[in-house]
Amino acid sequence: MGKSYIIEEFTKYFLGFWAVFTGFIFPLVIFLILLYESRLAIQNFGVIKFLTSTEWDPVRQSFGALPMIVGTLISTFIAIIIAAPVSIGIAIFITELAPSWLKGIIISAIELLAAIPSIIYGMWGFLILAEVMRTKVEPLLQKILGPIPFIGQFFAGTPTGVDVLTTSLVLSIMIIPFMASVVKDAFNLVPSVMKESAYGLGATKWEVIKDVVIPYTASGIAGGLILSTGRALGETMAVTFLAGNVPQIPKSLLEPFTTITVALANQFTEADTPLYLSSLFYLSLFLFIISFIILILAKVMVLRLEKRWKK
Amino acid sequence: MEKIRIFRRKIINKFMLFISFLAALYGLFWLFWILGTLFVNGFKHINWELFVQDSGPPGLNIGGLRQAFVGHFIITVLGTIVGVPIGLFAGIYYAEYGRHSKFFWILRNVTDIMVSTPSIIMGAVMYALLVVPLNHFNALSGSMALAMLMVPVISVTTFEMLNLVPFTLREAAYALGAYKWQIIKDIVLRSAKVGILTGVILGVARISGETAPLLFTAFNNHYLSFDILKPMASLTVTIFDYAMSPYEYWHNQAWAASFCLAFFILVLSLLAKFLLHYGTLNVFKIIKKKK
Repeated sequence: MGKSYIIEEFTKYFLGFWAVFTGFIFPLVIFLILLYESRLAIQNFGVIKFLTSTEWDPVRQSFGALPMIVGTLISTFIAIIIAAPVSIGIAIFITELAPSWLKGIIISAIELLAAIPSIIYGMWGFLILAEVMRTKVEPLLQKILGPIPFIGQFFAGTPTGVDVLTTSLVLSIMIIPFMASVVKDAFNLVPSVMKESAYGLGATKWEVIKDVVIPYTASGIAGGLILSTGRALGETMAVTFLAGNVPQIPKSLLEPFTTITVALANQFTEADTPLYLSSLFYLSLFLFIISFIILILAKVMVLRLEKRWKK
Repeated sequence: MEKIRIFRRKIINKFMLFISFLAALYGLFWLFWILGTLFVNGFKHINWELFVQDSGPPGLNIGGLRQAFVGHFIITVLGTIVGVPIGLFAGIYYAEYGRHSKFFWILRNVTDIMVSTPSIIMGAVMYALLVVPLNHFNALSGSMALAMLMVPVISVTTFEMLNLVPFTLREAAYALGAYKWQIIKDIVLRSAKVGILTGVILGVARISGETAPLLFTAFNNHYLSFDILKPMASLTVTIFDYAMSPYEYWHNQAWAASFCLAFFILVLSLLAKFLLHYGTLNVFKIIKKKK
């Protein structure tokens, strides 16, 4: 029972405490605090009514989260639709095509894109891109796609630049780096023997990518997609600049809207009644639960690919 | 027939590869556009007043952002001081004690998930924990929100870095009769110190660009303040307010501040990359030499 033994035991339990704190207590405490703070809203609106009511009116003290939830889902969905093919293309270019000197440059560029803080994306989108969208891109889209039935209605309204389309575009630029790097890492896990045997059978590069690389890494690609979805859901600043913060369900891509994060960022400081504040906590609880579930899904997908690789 | 088929496959091949080239170009296009505007607008408006004067009244073309630079520094440093040790302790435990335990495997993956949790949630939690009891916005709550964001990042990178240390090194020390804490202190941490430093730098880079957790914790302040129990300005929140304002002069200052912030973060990322490349290279060199 020397001094060293005491230090040994102390170190073990001390480090162990912080490990349990980081991986278990900390997420649990976040959940419990959000749950506790939203008790008033839960009592008043319940779960179903809160999630399905479209009315968000601080004056009448009536809070429904549907516009925020729909806004979050729509902007995330469009961003993923834009970002997914681009990211896969970039990953293909990096792993299969680029000469090694260019590879380094493009990887660094993608990392750079990921390192820029979201506030700068937001400001750039608000002061520069929104202007371009309002004066050039959106009128052009209206002219080309407007007359087409069904698709046309998504481009109805006055172009303002501060709307679903611009938000989703900026969001897609922000998630491209994450998605591209996950997909790239997955592509690198494909054993070269598999690719070489396909080349040996006379396959072209694209056929190798399409029939060997992509099927082999399908769960990694899916993981990357879902991971980026998780990121996009919780993105706050860029969206706050560009969404317009109007609590409505947008009928066209050129209408202002709001998301969960926008509502939180704009209204937390002005919530003047306990019920208002509690509803905002309820929103954050909801955001926490959705993003946690989505990230678990992404994790499982990526782990599955890595497991297969280890065999 | 055969020739036509081969020709078609070749054309499709070229076409699809060209499209993936275009995708890479598309990514670079946005990067250059964003960085280009940031550089042109930001660099132009950097001047001495920006760093030595506090905010001026709205609408007048005077004033700087001294309070935001100072506040941002204080909040980030405080967050780092709290966040780094906790993350480090957890990371060491995951790598050295919990490596083969199913329970800690789960905790490690939960930590990994917490890295991507929306940062605004940390702000909401700290609002409930530190702003409501004190009745007003304060810088301390902002720092704590940033610290909580940093903990998972640090513990995940620490775990990864300690994993790179070969097991034979530890076994050699065990054979000499060393205690586990001695091995952690003298073998593991010593050989992974560059990697851990890299993780810390990346963590700082991550939190210094955060805005959402500060919006309703540290809030904002137009005057220089050193009191961490009072609202304090930060660069990011000030950029948000200024960019949203209708004043040209404030827009310019927001660009300049964004330029400084982006520059700082890019330098940190480059430093981390450099360390990771040469630092880990050195570790392996030492290990090879020892073999």
